[in-house]
Amino acid sequence: MHGLINRSIQCFLRDTYGAAIWAATAREAGLGFDSFETMLTYDATLTDAVIDAAARLLNRSRDSVLEDLGTYLVSHRNAQAVRRLLRFGGVTYADFLHSLEDLPGRARLALPDIDLPVFEVVDHSPTEFALICRSPLAGIGHVLVGLLRAMADDYGVLSLVEHRGLCEGGEVVAIILAETAFSEGRRFDLARSAVAVG
Amino acid sequence: MERRVPPVCLESAALGVLMPMHVVLDPAGRIIACGQTMQKLFGQRSLPGADFFALFDLRRPSGLTGMASLRSRVGQRIYLIARDLPTTGLRGVALPLAGNQGMVLNLSFGIGLIDAVGEHDLTDADFAPTDLAIELLYVVEAKSAVMQELKDLNLRLHGAKVAAEEQALTDTLTGLRNRRALDLALQRALHGGGSFALMHLDLDFFKAVNDTLGHAAGDHVLRCVAEVLSGETRQSDTVARVGGDEFVILLPGLADPTRLMVIAQRIVLRLSEPILYEGRDCVISASIGLAVSSSYEAPTADEMFNDADQALYAAKHAGRGCVRLHAPPITSNMP
Repeated sequence: MHGLINRSIQCFLRDTYGAAIWAATAREAGLGFDSFETMLTYDATLTDAVIDAAARLLNRSRDSVLEDLGTYLVSHRNAQAVRRLLRFGGVTYADFLHSLEDLPGRARLALPDIDLPVFEVVDHSPTEFALICRSPLAGIGHVLVGLLRAMADDYGVLSLVEHRGLCEGGEVVAIILAETAFSEGRRFDLARSAVAVG
Repeated sequence: MERRVPPVCLESAALGVLMPMHVVLDPAGRIIACGQTMQKLFGQRSLPGADFFALFDLRRPSGLTGMASLRSRVGQRIYLIARDLPTTGLRGVALPLAGNQGMVLNLSFGIGLIDAVGEHDLTDADFAPTDLAIELLYVVEAKSAVMQELKDLNLRLHGAKVAAEEQALTDTLTGLRNRRALDLALQRALHGGGSFALMHLDLDFFKAVNDTLGHAAGDHVLRCVAEVLSGETRQSDTVARVGGDEFVILLPGLADPTRLMVIAQRIVLRLSEPILYEGRDCVISASIGLAVSSSYEAPTADEMFNDADQALYAAKHAGRGCVRLHAPPITSNMP
């Protein structure tokens, strides 16, 4: 798994639960080092070991840790770059959902060796979507549940997002748009200079 | 007063300059004309005359199976693929022609641009003069070159960091020298030919501190011990932490057992004082075994370490907080 992905999991644990929990997670997972490097590639089993170790230490289910990771990627101030790149997906939340299939390709423009999950978007109607996610990381669908809920808030959309189990070698997430102008949402400008960048 | 703008009419060839990947459909969904890049994707197979919906799979929004449904999505982004070119994802937008004479669709490669350029052998001339596709290719290529450089640099720095850590001579917890530094210093002392002493020190009751007050307390104790050892020795001595609660001090130029015993006993005395940690006393003590180079005909590192260790064992056996000097061979010149 790409260092950037592992590093974002590390930052999520550090920013949410503190440096001591990250240090304990790294020990518990038997990493043999105390920090992931962004530009190195690591064996996928290490990523799994980190998630499992964090779940044990926090006494929470693996699924809920992964869901919080998804929320963190969109809503934490230390992950603003991710939120911005996701907002490039479209003007509306529905556009954004459609653009998810393009996401791995877009990411590869920047990092040719990044292994983002592969998505398949199915629109049953203008308000009902299914997202099939495929990744070596078991539970990737739960990351998407957290991420899609946070993105709905970001767009000011009221939606129902649920993990619907496994299908065709992937995990299925169902999205139902209840109201597309629920709240103001957060402002997004294509030009970065238009917003305060931390 | 509002001025009415007449419909814009363009020859198909002119439209092709603006949009080299457009497709013009008649009201029945048959292709009437297309741009030259669109035609290039299909090679010998001529597009005009073909049924658009047979040639293309309109994947999203769902339900786009004919002209009526396409009309209901006017102006919206559409995701589609040509059935014969499944690896080339396309996106497009459809607009009605004036007078209800059919529709025009403009297509592009979207994110698949880079792969498409390779697969279909596209050149600058295949894109509209206003298209930023070539700029995008340029940015990606320039960025990849820079990225490769950074990646190589990153690997070099990472390798250097690992090597530096291996070669480091310091014990990171206490700031004392580590085993490696001690070995180097001992080699120097042995080769230098002068006399010297080895002091092997082991803490008593340290495990109890760790177990009852936690690792943070244990770490604090080790740092305090390091301060005492540094304070009670000379600048030229090497004070090393060689194990969890094990220390070795190399004292060059010092072979007088009496003086060594005085130093060792002073250290033992200092370390018998309780160490305060977060309002609680940590009580430890230290046992020391000594070996002196002048006890040997030709001292070796292994032999001296071993003998200092034996002396330490004897000190521990004699009760905590004791000092023992390795008993020299029979031909001893000890007083």
